[in-house]
Amino acid sequence: MTNTHTMTLAQYLKGVAEKQFSPTEVTQAIQAEISKVNTDLNIYLTENEQAVQETEAGSAQPLAGAAIAVKDNISTKGMRTTASSTVLDTFVPPYDATIMTKLKAAGMSIIGKTNLDAWAHGSSTETSQYGRTLNPRNPEHLPGGSSGGSAAAVAADTCIAAIGTETAGSIRQPAAWCGVVGLKPSYGRVSRSGVIAMASSTDSPGPITKTVEDAAILLNYMAGHDKYDGTTSPQSVPDYTQALGKSIKGLKVGLLYQDIAGLEVVNPHIQAAAKVLEELGAVVEPVAAMDPHYAISVYTVVQRGEVSSNLARFDGIRYGNDRSFFGDEAKRRIMLGTYTLSKGYADQYYTTAQKVRTAFMQDFQKLFSNYDVLISATSPSFAKKIGVSENAAMFGELEDMLLEPSSITGLPGINVPCFHDTTTNLFIGLNIMAPMWREDQVITVADAYEKATSWNTWRKV
Amino acid sequence: MPTKKLPVGILGGKCKVLIQENKIMPNTYELVCGLEIHAELKTASKMFCGCKNDPFHAPQPNTYTCPVCLGMPGALPVANKKAIEWTIKLGLALGCKINLFSKFDRKHYFYPDLPKSYQISQYDIPFCYDGVVETSEGPVRITRIHLEEDTGKLLHRSVNGAEVSLIDFNRSSVPLIEIVSEPDIKTASQAKEYAKKLRQIIRYLDIADCDMEQGGMRLEANTSLRVVGEQGLPKYKVEVKNINSFRFLEQAIEFEMQRQAKLLDAGESIPQETRGYNATEGKTFSQRAKEDAADYRYFPDPDLPPIRFTQAQIDGFTADLPELPAAKAARWGREYQIEARFAEPLTAEKDEAAVFETLFSQAQTQKLDCNKLASSVYNKRITWPTAESIEKTLMEFAAQFKTDTVDTSQLEQAVEKVLAENPDVIEKFKAGNMQVLGFMMGQTMRQLGGIKPDPQLVRETIGKILKTK
Amino acid sequence: MTTQITLQQVQHVAQLANIPISDIQAQNFVGAFEETLGVIENLKEVDTSKIEPTHQVTGLENVMREDVVDEQHMFSQAEALANAKRTSSGYFVVPRILDND
Repeated sequence: MTNTHTMTLAQYLKGVAEKQFSPTEVTQAIQAEISKVNTDLNIYLTENEQAVQETEAGSAQPLAGAAIAVKDNISTKGMRTTASSTVLDTFVPPYDATIMTKLKAAGMSIIGKTNLDAWAHGSSTETSQYGRTLNPRNPEHLPGGSSGGSAAAVAADTCIAAIGTETAGSIRQPAAWCGVVGLKPSYGRVSRSGVIAMASSTDSPGPITKTVEDAAILLNYMAGHDKYDGTTSPQSVPDYTQALGKSIKGLKVGLLYQDIAGLEVVNPHIQAAAKVLEELGAVVEPVAAMDPHYAISVYTVVQRGEVSSNLARFDGIRYGNDRSFFGDEAKRRIMLGTYTLSKGYADQYYTTAQKVRTAFMQDFQKLFSNYDVLISATSPSFAKKIGVSENAAMFGELEDMLLEPSSITGLPGINVPCFHDTTTNLFIGLNIMAPMWREDQVITVADAYEKATSWNTWRKV
Repeated sequence: MPTKKLPVGILGGKCKVLIQENKIMPNTYELVCGLEIHAELKTASKMFCGCKNDPFHAPQPNTYTCPVCLGMPGALPVANKKAIEWTIKLGLALGCKINLFSKFDRKHYFYPDLPKSYQISQYDIPFCYDGVVETSEGPVRITRIHLEEDTGKLLHRSVNGAEVSLIDFNRSSVPLIEIVSEPDIKTASQAKEYAKKLRQIIRYLDIADCDMEQGGMRLEANTSLRVVGEQGLPKYKVEVKNINSFRFLEQAIEFEMQRQAKLLDAGESIPQETRGYNATEGKTFSQRAKEDAADYRYFPDPDLPPIRFTQAQIDGFTADLPELPAAKAARWGREYQIEARFAEPLTAEKDEAAVFETLFSQAQTQKLDCNKLASSVYNKRITWPTAESIEKTLMEFAAQFKTDTVDTSQLEQAVEKVLAENPDVIEKFKAGNMQVLGFMMGQTMRQLGGIKPDPQLVRETIGKILKTK
Repeated sequence: MTTQITLQQVQHVAQLANIPISDIQAQNFVGAFEETLGVIENLKEVDTSKIEPTHQVTGLENVMREDVVDEQHMFSQAEALANAKRTSSGYFVVPRILDND
């Protein structure tokens, strides 16, 4: 094999098992690829000097030493973790995030730490204090965010797979813009312990991968109750690879947000995707849902409030630099959250937002009493041009509008590519959502769709 | 050592400005006071993490820490079940109602000893509310008891010539209960009694050591004065902090009453502020103006799922409560005929009370007078009983109060002899002077020499003879 | 109707949030605040009179730990202090703060 770095995780695991190549040579090939592209694309903030050793050490484990890219807001013991903010410029966590402990035990190798919007605030990577990442599919464009570095790492074949985190779109939207798969698990399915908190009530770590199958494999090693995170669900975790290759015949699919303005570019492709699902035997119906514009507001208030609280600990005493190092975006969010939680405003903003959140939960409950899954566009557009997010206080929220209803309600969702514009080399993504704890359902539909279409660039190989 | 200065006197629950340098002060004020008391629970581990909870005995600073209590990025709290149950037990012991549904909230402020820059506390739904502590000067209502986490500890030092503050996070996130009273306290002595009673109950429940010197129990008094006869709460409130003994609590409140009375008499308004207490000078001093703008931006902690109890669980906690001091003293009255004035102090400490219980129970079996025994113990006229020395104490007591049998005629002779030597006694007795009885008792005993008759018998004999005269 | 924000409000919030900002930044934040508040204005349109707020979406309750010391998760003093800018004899160090607590 010549291009070992372009392998999917499933191909890698098969190849290692069949001794077609050694895990070490793949990790070295990936390192070589990173050296080639990283200066231009700015995907990795920190490369792991121990990656080859970790691959060797993990080669007998289930993940066989696979080179995994990790978003830089996930604490890695002994390896610099910045959340793309100079506040944490030299911060070396003294402990591992639970998902790192689990994935390390499963034999992964951390190939490096990927760029993100500083503190995961944004949908472009342009708020990173270490510079924006460029979209490997077309460097004139942004990779999306906040997990833009992880999505770009996958798209650029500079890892076997990646880990991201989503608060409202931060896995699925960059996956859509980079033409890769991004799975956001149910809130509480994957431990947040050690993940630098952004909005505590919606943060969900998840895999960003080349295929749906890869996402299912990685989720198996990430999901589950954690005694260090009281918000993780105690219910048992199924084997997500069992959800692959299943028929979706008779499945009821609700098609959302066809009447929302500004979706003219993406809607035809979403409708085409709906047709594909119908051809696979699903019953697809357009259905009205609560206006996502309200979700923007709920998310904005809740997220700003929780951010103002979660970022209060960065005072430069026990670690990191002092509060003057926060970038403008973080300062804006901290201050707005402080304002909406302050005396005289908390009821008007915070409590009201949490009530409207309940209304969204009730709306989804109603929808899921009629449909097994819901689909929509992931993002209203193709990847946008670089520089577009600057000085736009609400850029991310407007970009992630279609994902916010499911984020504030904790639902699982996935992005799969559903259109590839060969002129610009840019993608449109399909978002598939299921009820709480039904990641398996999301995987089944996404896998069926992916296998029935040729939009996934790794499936062509 | 401060002494009680007395321009302010405590008279029947009122504080009156009496005479100061021959000047009569116009107004009579009464104290309006509520206490906020913090106590560190003695769980094995901390409130929201598995670190060791033993800050006073840690070998080194910052050795009992982890990602959670150091506020590391990404670290999440998980609540200590025992600390929650203990808080509810305390509430039940104080007659509180229990919120079956409760939660933790974040309270935000910046201070170097607060690692997350928010304290996990309870805002609008504390575990316990509406309780009461009885004092000799009336009941003090408990507003609420909530559970929170302690902060780290600051030390102010000079390091390499620079004035710095050092921070030790061994205490960070130690479980801390806050007991808030209504402003029912009317005197400084009542404040002291209330605080002591609370400590007594907490120790009985064995949930906290309440070591005041180490800061394991911390007292804050909200004080103000109102003109006697007026209704409603005064417009201002002075919070006195860093009080680390019950005596200082009493002194600090007395000092405040005096200070505030002077200001009010001078027609000045008293600012809302926080004051510290300097025990060496016996004075309170201004620390900071209480900001009206104190804005803690409370919201429910999204990291901690809410807590819900069933009434059956609460009933189970109630059934588990140990016998509390007041109940024990009352029972000693019924079972051993011990007067309250001895029973109350002797039930103050749980472990001692257990020893006394054995002592009295054995004394009763031996048909000894338990009230007399309690009096001897209380007045320290007898070897202080410990678990090992109960036998010895009982023997000592029996020996002390052993009486010799006396022949009735011998006793009557002795009385007659004393009367003959002191003829004025009869006159005085007839005039209603009962003091002569004591004199007669003493003299009669002396007449009997080494014999120790039952004093009751002697008293009766004297009475009988005097009446015949 | 959009909410008007004053420079003074921004400065007050900056103080509450312990965020050092320059006058120019404060001025810029006025606009950003108003833009954001304008977007979330629509919350008023939803009838929330009959709904309870949702703070957590999992529905979990009573998640507590037993009172057991977890030595494995504890740091050594060196680990605890490793990322601090200033330490002295096992303590974290900050410039002298008022001794009033």
